[in-house]
Amino acid sequence: MTGTEGPALLRVRDLKTYFVTEQGKGTARAVDDVSFDLYPGETLGIVGESGCGKTVTSLSILRLVPEPPGHILPGSVIEFEGRNLLALAAPELRAVRGNQIAMIFQEPMTSLNPVFTVGDQIAEAAIVHQHLSRKAARARAIEMLQLVGIPDPKERVDHYPHQLSGGMRQRVMIAMALVCHPKVLIADEPTTALDVTIQAQILELLDRLQNELGMAVLLITHDLGVVAGHADRVVVMYAGRVVETAPTSGLFEQPTHPYTEGLLAAVPRIDAPRSRLHAIPGQVPAATAWPTGCRFHPRCPYAWDKCVTQEPPQLETGAPGHTARCWLVTEPERRQAKR
Amino acid sequence: MRLGNWLALFVALVLAAEIARLTRQRALRRERWRRFFKHRTTSWGLGILAFLAIVALAAPLVAPFGPGDQLGIVDLRNHPPSWAFVLGTDVLSRDVWSRVAWGARVSLGIGALGALVAVSLGTLVGATAGYYSRWVDALLMRGVDVGLALPRIFILLMAVALWDGLPFAALVLAIGLTSWLGTSRLVRAEVLSLREREFVVAARALGAKTGRVIFRHVLPNAAAPIIVSAALGVGNVLLLEASLSFLGIGVAPPDPSWGSIIAEGASTIYTAPWTILFPGLAISLVVMSLNAVADGLRDALDPREEAA
Amino acid sequence: MTLVDVRDLVKHYAGERRWFGLGRPAAAVRAVDGVSFAIASGKTLGLVGESGSGKTTVGRTMLRLQEPTAGKVLFEENDVFALDATRLRALRRRMQIVFQDPYSSLNPRMTVEETLREPLEIHGLSGAVPALLDEVGLDAAFAKRYPHELSGGQRQRVGIARALSVQPKFVVCDEPVSALDVSVQAQVLNLLADLQTRRRLTYLFIAHDLAVVRHIADDVAVMYLGKIVERAPAAEIYAQPRHPYTRALLSAVPEPNPRASKQRIVLAGDIPSPAHPPSGCPFHPRCPHPLKSERCHTEPPPLREITPGHLAACHYAEKPM
Repeated sequence: MTGTEGPALLRVRDLKTYFVTEQGKGTARAVDDVSFDLYPGETLGIVGESGCGKTVTSLSILRLVPEPPGHILPGSVIEFEGRNLLALAAPELRAVRGNQIAMIFQEPMTSLNPVFTVGDQIAEAAIVHQHLSRKAARARAIEMLQLVGIPDPKERVDHYPHQLSGGMRQRVMIAMALVCHPKVLIADEPTTALDVTIQAQILELLDRLQNELGMAVLLITHDLGVVAGHADRVVVMYAGRVVETAPTSGLFEQPTHPYTEGLLAAVPRIDAPRSRLHAIPGQVPAATAWPTGCRFHPRCPYAWDKCVTQEPPQLETGAPGHTARCWLVTEPERRQAKR
Repeated sequence: MRLGNWLALFVALVLAAEIARLTRQRALRRERWRRFFKHRTTSWGLGILAFLAIVALAAPLVAPFGPGDQLGIVDLRNHPPSWAFVLGTDVLSRDVWSRVAWGARVSLGIGALGALVAVSLGTLVGATAGYYSRWVDALLMRGVDVGLALPRIFILLMAVALWDGLPFAALVLAIGLTSWLGTSRLVRAEVLSLREREFVVAARALGAKTGRVIFRHVLPNAAAPIIVSAALGVGNVLLLEASLSFLGIGVAPPDPSWGSIIAEGASTIYTAPWTILFPGLAISLVVMSLNAVADGLRDALDPREEAA
Repeated sequence: MTLVDVRDLVKHYAGERRWFGLGRPAAAVRAVDGVSFAIASGKTLGLVGESGSGKTTVGRTMLRLQEPTAGKVLFEENDVFALDATRLRALRRRMQIVFQDPYSSLNPRMTVEETLREPLEIHGLSGAVPALLDEVGLDAAFAKRYPHELSGGQRQRVGIARALSVQPKFVVCDEPVSALDVSVQAQVLNLLADLQTRRRLTYLFIAHDLAVVRHIADDVAVMYLGKIVERAPAAEIYAQPRHPYTRALLSAVPEPNPRASKQRIVLAGDIPSPAHPPSGCPFHPRCPHPLKSERCHTEPPPLREITPGHLAACHYAEKPM
């Protein structure tokens, strides 16, 4: 299913999205040189905590970042099927959004328009992109509701968002995104706001739909468990940069970057006995003042002087498809000297 | 206008501008007050209010004549604005500028005090209704509904009819007592939502008594709509007073308030429009400035704007 | 020694009143529908459930932050619901609460110092704010800051310090780490565990995340639609859950282990609203138990002891899935 052979569907290179802050505290460099590839049919997980830049990255792909405070720097490349999305004119970009690349968000209540029925909202994408008639679009909406597993779709199509539960609204949002059978689905923390049992339902739904429709999914989350169960490859972000990229099994079995190690040790697990969790000391730095050298060095148990002054590039670890932005890759013996 | 008056006026202008400027400078250091000055109009509003307040306070200095001084019954009636009489004279040959300056005291005074009474009462009722909820809330709010349905002017007319001619204090009280209803609704809504905020529950969990919870936790966080309401309230009261005086039931002539000046000048609207124009302008300026300042206050005090 | 004893706690919320708010209320939301448990001194009970389970309501009603509809709560032999205002206030010193949302649990207009000093003022206690800050791992410089200048984790620490300032014996932790990032979550959980040891505290730890509860609870109770459906010592409930909902909940937690071949139980349907609970067993519409029967539809199963110390509310608890 996951082929990293062949050309990438979505190529992001050197993406930089900065925000101007009005306090005069300088520029917030929310996304600072992010690169990754997304191949057809695969699920790529982007993992990180708040402030790492993962949401801004996803918004940048579709150029949904509000332009006054934010801007994507020239030199950033976002290529979809060979075309640079950042160079597209507005009408061309609109033809891509919702049609070839779709997005679902975290909070279904605020992402759905409360004054329109769910049927109308699902049909909208079909009408705009596929030029279906109202009738045909409505039939399509009912089909989609069925596809995402909403019971009684013929009735539900005329319901308003507030009449549905959180899990249902998220399904509606998925239906809206998939109406035009996009090639890429960007899912920004799609289950964070949902209860655990509902989360399981939605994740299962996304898996099923991905199989049926053959689309690629960019799954953005802070939950390592979600990524372990549903992503083929993982990108770990910290402080606006990608710090590790690997196939899922490789990431969990051989975490290379100390941040990834730290995260894995900090996640509470059901199968582990009651014990003290391994906390990463300190906290995420502010986007207006990233640390010098390696951005993780103030919190890293292994850091030495090189880490303070020189920022490591993405280095191949030797395992296939596994890179890490850490000097430990070139000097692995330093791993023994834990601070 | 004598030289001394011009000088005093000039000083007032400069002082007002300085106040506005200095406040702005000191404020820019703190994030919240930077938001206050985000709109240009706020600085202007602040400056104009400061200027008019200074004029009101320094009326004896900036006004060449007393408000009732008649300066030449025969030949100085209804003079258009000139160097001697900057804003002209009215039908009784009184200097319009002096009247407006002295009238500022009355109008602004009634405005501020009336709004104070209205906001205090509104906050009290609204907070009680919002905090205690259930039937207390229902009772109070239905009362407010009834109150809002009654036309204010009629009530005030009745009050005047009952008391033959209202003294200043009674007028302020009457206006205040009929203007608090809107504020109470606002405050109630705010208190209702604040009551369930976790830090309020935390205060109760710590054992705080109701009084402490309301005054230390709820009201300071409800301050934003209250303050904005107060700023706008002054404008409303001002307009109300002007209407009442115009109808003859507010400030009685010859005491100058901007409303009564307009009332007295109504008969000469075609021959001496300046007798109405300038007090009317003064009222408009104050109301607009208050709105501008209220805008700034609302932005400054909005907790949602507080960045993490 | 039992510190807290909750017996048949019930909290119903009245529906909308007619007659412009002056009449009788309509049907009730049964947020907590008969909950009983006891916590021994120095122990932690984890109370787990999803939205609508009533777990937060249990925490708040126990402390009498909301008036209960029925039931009894005994704290150190005191009947919490029978106390008058003065004695209740005195008791508040010994039972405290830490909230979930670090962004709304602190008064935005008070500095950290003022927030921490207030409980000391209320009860006439002497105490140093710097010492409190130090105990929760915050630098003394934080005292002059306002909440909006602090991160989520820091605010949560202030909330914990505030609860501790009155020297309580029992702390209700209402989802204290749910709103925090993973790395901060670990820090705060460790802090709570340390404080429990150091100050000999007893916790009621409310959470929706079973993995988090694993790391701090001695016993676990699972709630669904206002009732406890299973209660057991932590080790047992994770190893041998007897209620189908507990099983489903455990299987739904995403494990950070790609090799874990989960027999994932995905429940169908939505969580019902506590205003309209299903008849019989509240879980029956979504229950995946193979032995589910007509009995489940009509007869609510009582919470009964299956093995010593392990209770479950299921007709077929002896034969778990």
